[in-house]
Amino acid sequence: MSVLEVTRLFKRYHGLTAVDGFSMAVEAGRIVAVAGPDGAGKTSLFRAACGLIDFDSGDVTVGGISVKTGMGRIKPLMGYMPQSFSLYPDLSVEENLRFYAGLFGVSGDVFASRRERLYRFSGLEPFVKRRAGNLSGGMKQKLALSCALIHQPSVLILDEPTTGVDPLSRQQFWDILMSLRRDGAAVIVATPYMDEVALADRVVFMHAGKKLAEGTPDELRRLYSGGIYRLALEPTAERMALLSGIEGVAPYRFGADVHIYVPPDMSGGELAARLADSGFGDAPVERIEAGLEDVFIQLMSGQ
Amino acid sequence: MMDYAVVIDGLSKKFGAFAAVDGISLKVEYGEIFGFLGANGAGKTTAIRMLCGLLQPTSGTGTVNGFDINREYEKIKPSIGYMSQKFSLYGDLTGRENLQFYGTVYGLRGGRLKGRIAELVDGLSLDEFIDRPTGALPVGWRQRIALAAAILHRPRIVFLDEPTGGVDPVFRRRFWEILYRLADDGTNLFVTTHYMDEAEFCSRISIMHRGKIVVVGRPRELVASRGLRNLQETFISLISEQGTDG
Amino acid sequence: MGNVRFIILKEIRHILRDPRSLFIAILMPIMMTFLYGYAINLDIKNIRLAVLDYDQTSASRELVGRFYHSGYFAASLAPADMADPEAVLKRGDAHAVMIIRGGFAEALRGAAPYQLGLLLDGADANMSAAAASYSNVIIQRYLGESPGVGAAGRGVALSQRVLYNPDLKSSHFLVPGLIAIILMMISALLTSVTIAREKETGTMEQLLTAPVGPFQVILGKVIPYVGLALLDGVLVLSVGVLHFGVPLIGSSLLLLFFGLIYIIAALSLGVLISTLARTQQVAMMAALVATVLPSVMLSGFIFEIRNMPALLRFITMLVPARYFLLIMRGVMLKGSGLAVLWPQAAALVALTTLLLVAAVKRFRIRIG
Repeated sequence: MSVLEVTRLFKRYHGLTAVDGFSMAVEAGRIVAVAGPDGAGKTSLFRAACGLIDFDSGDVTVGGISVKTGMGRIKPLMGYMPQSFSLYPDLSVEENLRFYAGLFGVSGDVFASRRERLYRFSGLEPFVKRRAGNLSGGMKQKLALSCALIHQPSVLILDEPTTGVDPLSRQQFWDILMSLRRDGAAVIVATPYMDEVALADRVVFMHAGKKLAEGTPDELRRLYSGGIYRLALEPTAERMALLSGIEGVAPYRFGADVHIYVPPDMSGGELAARLADSGFGDAPVERIEAGLEDVFIQLMSGQ
Repeated sequence: MMDYAVVIDGLSKKFGAFAAVDGISLKVEYGEIFGFLGANGAGKTTAIRMLCGLLQPTSGTGTVNGFDINREYEKIKPSIGYMSQKFSLYGDLTGRENLQFYGTVYGLRGGRLKGRIAELVDGLSLDEFIDRPTGALPVGWRQRIALAAAILHRPRIVFLDEPTGGVDPVFRRRFWEILYRLADDGTNLFVTTHYMDEAEFCSRISIMHRGKIVVVGRPRELVASRGLRNLQETFISLISEQGTDG
Repeated sequence: MGNVRFIILKEIRHILRDPRSLFIAILMPIMMTFLYGYAINLDIKNIRLAVLDYDQTSASRELVGRFYHSGYFAASLAPADMADPEAVLKRGDAHAVMIIRGGFAEALRGAAPYQLGLLLDGADANMSAAAASYSNVIIQRYLGESPGVGAAGRGVALSQRVLYNPDLKSSHFLVPGLIAIILMMISALLTSVTIAREKETGTMEQLLTAPVGPFQVILGKVIPYVGLALLDGVLVLSVGVLHFGVPLIGSSLLLLFFGLIYIIAALSLGVLISTLARTQQVAMMAALVATVLPSVMLSGFIFEIRNMPALLRFITMLVPARYFLLIMRGVMLKGSGLAVLWPQAAALVALTTLLLVAAVKRFRIRIG
């Protein structure tokens, strides 16, 4: 049963189409990651879903209620974390949390117990008196998430919550999302990090306001057409120039290796033969699996 | 004697009792792409500011492009390029106008400036959008113009502070192709990033935590030495061993 | 409406957390009052006055004496060439030349028309305006007090009389004007900036996804500033009355009542600006240009509305400070009540209603 449903949503700004007939459904206890380039329409989609902007046509429903008519009933069900840092830097951690609790009518013992849980989750406990503006990037984002969670929403919409956050803080952030998922919340999260996309239950690739692809991470990985091979050779400029000369393949530097992208109709044997022709006969080559990033890039370049 | 791009020894910066950078030492060569990693608040930005000559170290010594960071910081600034995630471009000016402006700041004039801009437009494939106001461009394009602005004066070291934050994979891959080309020409690239897959693109990386450099090495070797699968896991295990800060 | 409480509380915290801004918000009005009261005193003294006395009677000498003893005028060399009195003005030897033609003494006793001449250096508009009004007062008094000058002296040409501020003390005019400007500054400028700040930093987005409407958000943000504005108003008034001896003849309650209406007008303007501005900087500039400047320039505070060109005069009708200023001066200096001030009061109420309706209509805060 879907908690959030977006149906053929259109949103235009001054003649530009930001969201172009987009549909998606999110079930309770699922994390859906939305990935797409800058300007793909993710933020417009999220704002429309939160009732922050009007849209031209289509609908968004939360728990069966349309945002067009029932925003008052929907708001308590929703938690939203906008892309920009959405806390008051001059208020302390505790004051920020208490403020949002107040707005959602969470008070007394209920507030105390939720606060305790969120502090434990986020590791914010030692910093409750610190002003939000003086927290590190990772901590700020965990506080913003805590503020969005204080009323225990059943739908959580997060717009690039981990951009600019270090890997450890990002992992802790996702630990919190995973536990929310266990509690049955529906989570929609936009992220530019493909390692995070891989953790989601479902993934939507979005481009130019439209859905490019949707599925589980595994389903999406299987969309890749062609093969990727790793050539374990230090990618010097001369080697790269030689490899670029091989017809039909695309070599890319990958740190200390070279990744070679070949079209679907080229077999491993054929690649080995062509490599040998160019003087890479004894180079160690192994086929590797396409990652979500490879799929994303391939889908995008097809556009 | 080896010609290093960056050499620092026991570099520290204290703000009151708090040591933002606590005695770090490094040697980075020209032609290297050096990944300067660390958790939020680990002291990376403070360290980079000292290297760029913007901040006086509390103690420690070092040279950048051969200039002493304690005494010759005024000479460091014109000899390096700096590109930040927070775009330094004027949104209401076109890419070309931005480049013209930054060019004059670095003392390039007339035909030389024009020629250099044409060269960069060509080399970084900017022609499609160079004459549009940068404010309206997608992040990935702006970022390429910002890089062009940072290397207009042909610096031998370029500091890149989270250059690809919030940029999608397609743009990031193109961006790295450009970085590799610069490195091939002997430029040292000093990069901070929170993308661990991107960190794997670097020749060498260091991981900073609480003002100290915890580890330096080639990404592949660091991962192997801890018996983990990738740099992401390596980073997390290294940092969580030491505990986190607010 | 219970949620408004939390927003008010938060807003008060913001205000208290920023002691420098709070300090400025409270200290600046008091400083402005002292500055205007002392340093930038509009009372102009030592106007150099040259006198051409062709009458040469005790009456004319008495009049000249009054000018020089008033403290406003200082003696200047009489023009050497009596035929060209303008020369002294041209050379800058004097700011004003008074010409007393023969027959002044007779004119005082009789009823024949008589013109006293006053040449003023228009290049210094303030100085000449001051000289004109001081001269009027001095002549007026002279005519009123001189023995033997009765109704008969009416033939001496005088056009103006200055009432209610016989000493021409500018602080009496300035304090009501300052209150109008300071209330506008605190109410319109600070509120538009604080609303724009939430838009700029992105907190507005999160705020509006909570069960509060834009109306509640704005109400909550505005109420603390009403308090701050009132506090400032009272402070300036106290300094004016207690230190500069500005009279407060009329009803304080009436003053407070119209003060509140004026604050509502100012807040509506602030909200209107904040709906258009996306950043604090834009809000600040817009508020300065659209609210504070007109309150200074077009309210009658500094420049006479009567002397403005027709278009500007028309614009002044849309400046709330114009009406508030007249009400304040009326209540404070003349002790007037609604019976006299109803046209200004009605205009202020109408304008406030208009602004409030416009603000509420534009209330829907746009995110992007």
